Amino acid sequence: MAKAWLPRTLLARVMLGVLSLLAMGGVVVSLAAFAYGQNAAQQAFDRLLVGAAQDIAESVNIVGGVPVADIPVSAFGLLSLAQDDRIAYAVRGPSGALLTGHPWATAAADLPRSLDAPRFFDGTMQGEAARYVTVVRPFSERDYSGVVSITVGQTSRARSEMAYDLTTRALLATGLGGVALILGAFFVIRSAMRPLERMAQELAERDPYDLTPMPTDGPAEVAVMVASMNRFMQRLDRQVGAMKNLISDTAHQLRTPVAAIRAQAELALEDDPAQRPARLDRLLRRTRSLGNLLDQMLSRALVIHRTDNAPPAPVDLRDIALHIFEERDHELLSPDIEVLLDLGDQAATIMGDEISLREAVKNMLANALRHGASPVSLGVTRVGDRAEIWVQDAGDGPPADMLSQIGERFARSAASRGKSAGLGLSIMRAVAQAFDGTVGMAQTPAGYRVTLSFPAHGDAHNEVGP
Amino acid sequence: MIRALALLLMLTLALPARAQEAVAVFTAPGVDTDAAAGTAPGVSLIVRSTTDIAILAPALTGFVTRHPQITIRYEQWGSNALYADSLRACEGDGPGADVVISSGVHQMVDLVNRACAQPYRSPLTDALPDTRKWRNEIWGITQEAAVTIYNSALVPAEDVPQSRFALLDLMRRSPLRYRGKIATYDIQASGLGFLFAFMDSQAATTFGGLLEGFSRVNAVATCCSAEIIQGVAEGRYLMAYNVLGSYVASAPQANIGIIHPTDYTLFLSRALVIPRGAANAQGAALFLDYLLSPEGRRALTEANLIQQPDREDTSLPESARRFISIDPTTLVAMDRHRQLNFIAKWRGTFGQIAP
Repeated sequence: MAKAWLPRTLLARVMLGVLSLLAMGGVVVSLAAFAYGQNAAQQAFDRLLVGAAQDIAESVNIVGGVPVADIPVSAFGLLSLAQDDRIAYAVRGPSGALLTGHPWATAAADLPRSLDAPRFFDGTMQGEAARYVTVVRPFSERDYSGVVSITVGQTSRARSEMAYDLTTRALLATGLGGVALILGAFFVIRSAMRPLERMAQELAERDPYDLTPMPTDGPAEVAVMVASMNRFMQRLDRQVGAMKNLISDTAHQLRTPVAAIRAQAELALEDDPAQRPARLDRLLRRTRSLGNLLDQMLSRALVIHRTDNAPPAPVDLRDIALHIFEERDHELLSPDIEVLLDLGDQAATIMGDEISLREAVKNMLANALRHGASPVSLGVTRVGDRAEIWVQDAGDGPPADMLSQIGERFARSAASRGKSAGLGLSIMRAVAQAFDGTVGMAQTPAGYRVTLSFPAHGDAHNEVGP
Repeated sequence: MIRALALLLMLTLALPARAQEAVAVFTAPGVDTDAAAGTAPGVSLIVRSTTDIAILAPALTGFVTRHPQITIRYEQWGSNALYADSLRACEGDGPGADVVISSGVHQMVDLVNRACAQPYRSPLTDALPDTRKWRNEIWGITQEAAVTIYNSALVPAEDVPQSRFALLDLMRRSPLRYRGKIATYDIQASGLGFLFAFMDSQAATTFGGLLEGFSRVNAVATCCSAEIIQGVAEGRYLMAYNVLGSYVASAPQANIGIIHPTDYTLFLSRALVIPRGAANAQGAALFLDYLLSPEGRRALTEANLIQQPDREDTSLPESARRFISIDPTTLVAMDRHRQLNFIAKWRGTFGQIAP
């Protein structure tokens, strides 16, 4: 759920985030700079203040039993380093009586014990904020014993000015840094976003029927997106292609057999009744052949659909062979051909789709039954890291000129003859391709063998799966 | 001309309770002379100053000519009395002046430090060097040297002391000839005198020797520039130490010689303060700006209140010029203990104050 106040583009969102982070940082830095400025100014001017107080303290002498201050000019020189600040000072005796100085410079409430323990405090001076310090100097003379307290104060103008100055300088530096950071962030973020923008633009400019892959350069995150989008487009492309093929195949391949069936039927009606059983028999064969053709076309469409959509799972090829053998379709199809089952004792597990594989092997077997010589064997073998399922018959295989065009989608000649080895092979080839396998056809001493070979999955001796 | 029209001087014999020495009223030329009687049209600006009326008159006349709506009532005071009066006004005891100008710079700085002044800023005050202003509440408007003068008819050329060392030697060499014939300000009677003596005590170790020398020749501590200058001119005194050069130059006497001591010469800048309670602070600010403007400075220069230290007749080296800067360090001169101490030392030389 997008919040209404968020800007639309990703760049604006990231920049908003960066800006608010920087703003928070700026506030923290400002507070810190202010505190730092205050503290630095306080310390700097407190030192002047205590320096002046100690200067005055050291100038106090006992003259005839009375403390007398000889205020040094240097003390006031120190204080006037804070150029525009007024001064107050007072030298007081043990009872707090003013000896010299300004009566309004009152001493700290609790007097410190020694000269090097100054007591700072804030106050006012004729209505202006001021800072004071009190130091004491103890005397133990023959004619005088006790402490003399010296209080020195100064208005806070120079302090505030220095604090303000330090703060504004720090803020200025921070501000410039912040602007540099914002600019930098803007350029960095924009360059990082450029592949996304490029992709968006490419997609926007793309022809809706163009399903060719997009270039997958750019950062990994974007490449992942592009790659999966490309996969999606490829699948769509294949499925659209398969659909087109199915439609055009159907149109091409059904026209001739249907026309032939119609011709046979018309002949059967018009011919003399003695010929009719033969005509009907031919009609039946044509119809059966058309049924086979339809079966194969549908199974091919099914296979192509499944190989694109069903995720591969471990399948033992022996299960496939056993399942087909046990369906016993071959006994119906060609009752006079003997079918043998040859399963090895090694597991032949591959990654594939059981239904697609079954269709492919069914077609292989049907081809052998239709064109080959008895006996026909259906077998599974494990050869090294490959698992093979094969069908072998005792014949010599198809003629050489047919082999050259075998596996092509259009096997019009076959179709027109009511035979459809072409389609069967095309199914095999599609399945082999889908699961990384190969189609092999070879004449062996024992006969003609058609093999589907796949990379094996798992160890030959360990049963995989249920 | 203008001065003749505008200046009216009256002696203040009728006002014994007040400490002012003389009063004058300045109005613009052409303004009804009844103004002098106190029914002044426009606004009145009360200026209290230690400066002799005659010396400041050209500048005051120039001001009222430029600002005819303002009438200046100029009161001449002694520096200590002026300080006491300003403090009294600051503490709210009766009305005070609108402008206070004093050569007792330390006293004026003290007024500012007691928050008795109000701030003012203008391009003209900003242009002043830092040593001649503080807090934008006190400004040094003049530049006058502290000089030694002598009666050129009575003092032989070889006796003329070009420096303090020469003066010391002279007092040692012929104490009888100069006995009772050397004068200087009484530091208790004159704020300016105290400031000069105090600055001397800060500036060099010669001060101790000087006091000793003054004691030997029985020097006279007395009050007031005019009186001292008059005394030297008449031959009552042969020499006077630390006299404000401006007074000497503005009342030229044929037989008075002026020395800018070559060891060092103090330069004083009279301080102007606008009291916090000034009734006519606006007029006071106008007055200050006028004195700092080229026109006002010209008037002050003509009155010898602004002296360029690099003039030919002084030929003072740069290092010998000591400007008394207007800043808190002069407050040391206001410290009670230091004052007692300093005056005690002074009295040890000059004896008790004359009755």
